[in-house]
Amino acid sequence: MNMATSTPVPTGLGESRTSKASDRIKMQARDVKVYYGDNEALHGVDVDIFENEVVAFIGPSGCGKSTFLRCLNRMNDTIPGCRVEGDVTLEGQDIYAPSLDVVLLRAQVGIVFQKPNPFPKTIYENIAYGPRLHGLARRRAELDDIVEGSLRKAGLWDEVKDRLDQPGTGLSGGQQQRLCIARTIAVQPEVILMDEPCSALDPIATAKIEQLIDELSESYTIIMVTHNMQQAARVADRTAFFHMGDLVEVDSTDKIFTNPGDQRTHDYITGRFG
Amino acid sequence: MNNLALIAILLIVMALAYQVGLTRSRTVATDGVRLHSRPGYYGMLVALWCGLPAFALLLLWSLAGTSLVELLVVRQLPPEIATLGERELSTFLRRVSALAADRAVSGTPSETELAAAAHMASLQTLGRMITIAAMAVAAVAGLVLARGRISPQLRARNQVERVITIALALCSGVAILTTVGIVLSMVGEAMNFFRFISPAEFFFGTTWNPRFSTSGDTGQGEFGLLPLLWGTLMVSAIALLVAVPLGLMTAIYMAEYAPAWLRNVAKPVIEVLAGIPTIVYGFFALIVIGPFLSDLGDLVGISIRTTSALTAGLVMGIMIIPFVSSLSDDIITQVPKALRDGALGLGATKSETIRQVVLPAALPGIVGAFLLAASRAIGETMIVVLAAGNNPVLHANPFEAVSTITVTIVNQLTGDMDFASPQSLVAFALGLTLFVITLGLNVIALVVVRRYRQQYE
Repeated sequence: MNMATSTPVPTGLGESRTSKASDRIKMQARDVKVYYGDNEALHGVDVDIFENEVVAFIGPSGCGKSTFLRCLNRMNDTIPGCRVEGDVTLEGQDIYAPSLDVVLLRAQVGIVFQKPNPFPKTIYENIAYGPRLHGLARRRAELDDIVEGSLRKAGLWDEVKDRLDQPGTGLSGGQQQRLCIARTIAVQPEVILMDEPCSALDPIATAKIEQLIDELSESYTIIMVTHNMQQAARVADRTAFFHMGDLVEVDSTDKIFTNPGDQRTHDYITGRFG
Repeated sequence: MNNLALIAILLIVMALAYQVGLTRSRTVATDGVRLHSRPGYYGMLVALWCGLPAFALLLLWSLAGTSLVELLVVRQLPPEIATLGERELSTFLRRVSALAADRAVSGTPSETELAAAAHMASLQTLGRMITIAAMAVAAVAGLVLARGRISPQLRARNQVERVITIALALCSGVAILTTVGIVLSMVGEAMNFFRFISPAEFFFGTTWNPRFSTSGDTGQGEFGLLPLLWGTLMVSAIALLVAVPLGLMTAIYMAEYAPAWLRNVAKPVIEVLAGIPTIVYGFFALIVIGPFLSDLGDLVGISIRTTSALTAGLVMGIMIIPFVSSLSDDIITQVPKALRDGALGLGATKSETIRQVVLPAALPGIVGAFLLAASRAIGETMIVVLAAGNNPVLHANPFEAVSTITVTIVNQLTGDMDFASPQSLVAFALGLTLFVITLGLNVIALVVVRRYRQQYE
């Protein structure tokens, strides 16, 4: 059950890690199946996620990549009729164990959604919400530091430092998305899940987010779903290709895009379908 | 031929005109010419040209015909009747029109009356003939003219659309004009009332004692609004104290926690509460809640009257629960799932998400729901008539009987009344006050709700 530090990794990806990523396994999925009612949406996914790497999930719509992403911090719990089988571990700990506190899990594994969803509160309150929830700051000054630090890391501080008391919903789409990333960082997660974080943004805002992802990968493990293959090629250390509920292959991004091991991957990246 | 038959004939003619337009437009379009609009629109345009002017003529006759005929009849009257006072003349005319329509009148009609009636009847027939003839001419002329105008360049679709727009605007105009009319008539009568009692006395008076003249009192009576306003506010406040927490909690449970099957059963059941006639609530309050509260008061040593502000307020609160709960429920459900996911994704629990994210986001809408419920409570009548005790005295004890503005309006306008006395006219001043209060609340509620809507669209 607990195979967090076991080697060799069945997916055999040790040699394709980049220098930035460590060889510690952060999250591990074994035979993960997801059902929506009677419909099996994922047919058994095995994957290892290493510490401080950026992994991109690509694949045609409805292939299960977002579903799988949401399994990693149990966001699927909120969907009625959704059931998860198999093992998902974080630092060797089963995240579907009955004893696990989902609130703490989500503090460790944060998520950024497709559409920016700032709360209808001020910019400051948007960031401060998570730290308050988890009691991360004892004094106002500490909270101020967390807010400033998170906004700086998200590259938004200079743009909003003079209007922290204004509603977060008044920012532009790209700024809102960086606000949501800052909000996630503020809880000090170890892993950040991103569900198509740029699909609602224009190219310039997208470029900023991509740069941000690159910077964040110094200190966080980032798993992102994207429809944009160039984006995966630009930011990801490794890329996983999903197709019809199966994880077809996962390998270094270079290898996936230049010499994929599976015909379906080849067809997809060359635009044969999807 | 009555108007209904005329309208039926007109509709048949319009259907024919539609066919004429349709055929004509198809003929025009045969040799490869492209029409601006689909043939159906040409048909409709011809039908409208044919029907609308004729209908307008009929309307004109129905509205103005009677007065015109009366005017002509009066001109022909012998001088001794024509010079009668306004009141006698209108009685005379009423008798004459009854005779002209072959209805019975009291007593034996006089020679003059019979003559005038005959004259009136002939004028009416003549006027009607003229109207029908004019309608026929207008219909045919409209049809021919419109048919002649059909050409590939004619923008029939745009014109038909414009007629439809105007028709829809007229329909909404009816509701607006009615409102304006009601307000104007209330303002007018209230002004009459303020000729007897000064506005300062009415709005700031602390005693309500209208002294009906039938009771033998000759004094003018005191018409102080404050005891009634106070009673209204007290009963409404109690009602809101009951309805707001219960309604809001119900809404949160229904929107966030209840499983689908329970929601499908419970929501309609709660909404049935809104469908119970208020008179039923009234006697429920009078027969069940009042005695129960009174007994309860005895138990703890407080004197609670059977009919009191508390009884009425409690029952009214139950009545408005569905307003609060179903409006709040809709608004809570409208809060985007993305916001909930955002909070849950940060590690908030379900109740934290609801309290800290969903409710603040829904707050303006919920406040709107409260205000609508409040204006409903303030305007409610039957429950308070039966259960509040009708005691227009200024006091702060909710266990005592009170009276409200609505109850007083009922009291002032039932039984024999004379619309020249302040005792009856005060009802209009009260009604106007009530109207202004509820209008104010509704406007605030709408503004608040609208601001909320803009946030997520």
